[in-house]
Amino acid sequence: MSKVLIIAEHLDGQLNPSTAKCVSAAAKLSPQAIDILVLAEQADAIAADAAKIDGVGTVLTVSRAENAQPLAAILAPQVAKAADGYSHVFGPSTTFGKDLMPRVAALLGVGQVSDLMEVIDAHSFKRPIYAGNAIVTVTAPADAPVIATVRTASFPAAGSNGSAAVQALDLDVELPGHTRFVELKAGKSDRPDLQTASRVISGGRALGSGEAFKVIYSLADKLGAGVGASRAAVDAGYVPNDMQVGQTGKIIAPELYIAVGISGAIQHLTGIKDAGTIVAINKDPDAPIFEIADIGLVGDLFKILPELEAAL
Amino acid sequence: MKILVGYKRVVDFNVRIQVKPDGSGVVTDGVKLSPNPFDEIALEEALRLREKGIAEEVVVVAIAPADAQPHLRNGLAMGANRAIHIVSDGPVQPLTAARALLKLIEKEQPGLVLLGKQAIDDDANQTGQMLAALWQRPQATFASELAIDGQVARVTREVDAGLETIEIDLPAVVTTDLRLNEPRFIKLPDIMKARSKPLETLPLSDLGVEPGDFIAAGQHEPPPARARGVMVDDVAGLVDALKQRGLV
Repeated sequence: MSKVLIIAEHLDGQLNPSTAKCVSAAAKLSPQAIDILVLAEQADAIAADAAKIDGVGTVLTVSRAENAQPLAAILAPQVAKAADGYSHVFGPSTTFGKDLMPRVAALLGVGQVSDLMEVIDAHSFKRPIYAGNAIVTVTAPADAPVIATVRTASFPAAGSNGSAAVQALDLDVELPGHTRFVELKAGKSDRPDLQTASRVISGGRALGSGEAFKVIYSLADKLGAGVGASRAAVDAGYVPNDMQVGQTGKIIAPELYIAVGISGAIQHLTGIKDAGTIVAINKDPDAPIFEIADIGLVGDLFKILPELEAAL
Repeated sequence: MKILVGYKRVVDFNVRIQVKPDGSGVVTDGVKLSPNPFDEIALEEALRLREKGIAEEVVVVAIAPADAQPHLRNGLAMGANRAIHIVSDGPVQPLTAARALLKLIEKEQPGLVLLGKQAIDDDANQTGQMLAALWQRPQATFASELAIDGQVARVTREVDAGLETIEIDLPAVVTTDLRLNEPRFIKLPDIMKARSKPLETLPLSDLGVEPGDFIAAGQHEPPPARARGVMVDDVAGLVDALKQRGLV
């Protein structure tokens, strides 16, 4: 029987919704137990949130000053030690999990399944390769722990009516001093978080400037939507990098995705393929975005957006 | 300081990927191969550090089949001092690559190892992190800015929450993100010069590393296609379509 350990992602004392998505992926294994590991400076409040996730047996906590920031070199030896006795260790395929989990896998001397998108059985999974242009079924050995990052857009968040036990863990691991946190410059926004918003509007190169993004923000606020951008818009400096949607940015699965002035490069489409409904607004009728859009409208975004905002 | 740069050969990013009819893989015969874009960024960064006088030598490394010599010459033409070609016939998984690179590190003693954050074929995003773990040294993944001062590197990383800056002691592994730099174009005279630069070939087995099949790849399939949608003529049509779907 499988026993799954999930590494909680959190920031500023808040549990990231990616953790509940990893629980959904783990539940597909029909495991004997799903536990969550919270590594933090003060893990209690985060652990209390994690304990509410449906299907979780025990939330394990390690509160240490060194865990104040998610540094892979600091966290990995603790995760590797805590992994003892588990058949699977999952982390989210966010920058947090992508940074941490391969380091854990190497410490355990095993390979890693990246971007797990479907569970076939306890050791077989589907994952995307070539920017999502092919899906491969991979098999991990049955006699070693399975280390995986979970593609969060492929799984819904598990519910939050649980009441798991919380247990402090004393790992007694020596931590390196060679890696030190300096600062995090976070893009402050009152809008819904891109990765969890049910509606997202993204702007592309056609916006032409950072100033012009205000038409996007304005419509987003009317719809209660999160705001993203194409790589072209980020590279052009219109908006910060944490707004980038696509293969090398954020992979999202909102119910409604509105792509404005985005031509639809493969790397962008990879990031939105799991959206419920994709709306494309672009002045070029041949833009590739229309090939995958559910609803397409050809025209000038600067005319269409204010009209749309007024009509809603 | 010596910098070791991972320089993988992959299917060019412009190629439309097709899954073979029997599902055994993707079509790579007759398809254009290029350096992994993230690895080109890694090489560019190494060259800039050499131009600033921070590094003396830049060594490009590829683990690839015997026919990959022109690929390594390409790295030399871009400006690397020398190249090491670890010859391996089949595809190499990240843990194997990390083990092989570790063996090279023990021999070469670099002050910095620069790798792309991921290769655009398997999209694994693992090798740098695994190498740093095996080497028991720091890692700074997804770098968008790198500053070196003596034995310490200050690295700004592109993370989901924004831009994180960390400080790491050297030697260390840094993996590159897209916005770290824009790789230079190779000039014709540099292609000529690259022909006489040292290129060492080394069978993977000579490093004492077995190509382990840690995560076995099975059936390949194309991604599920999205059905083609509807085109609307104006904003009123768009609002109607959204209403029909219960989205507004």
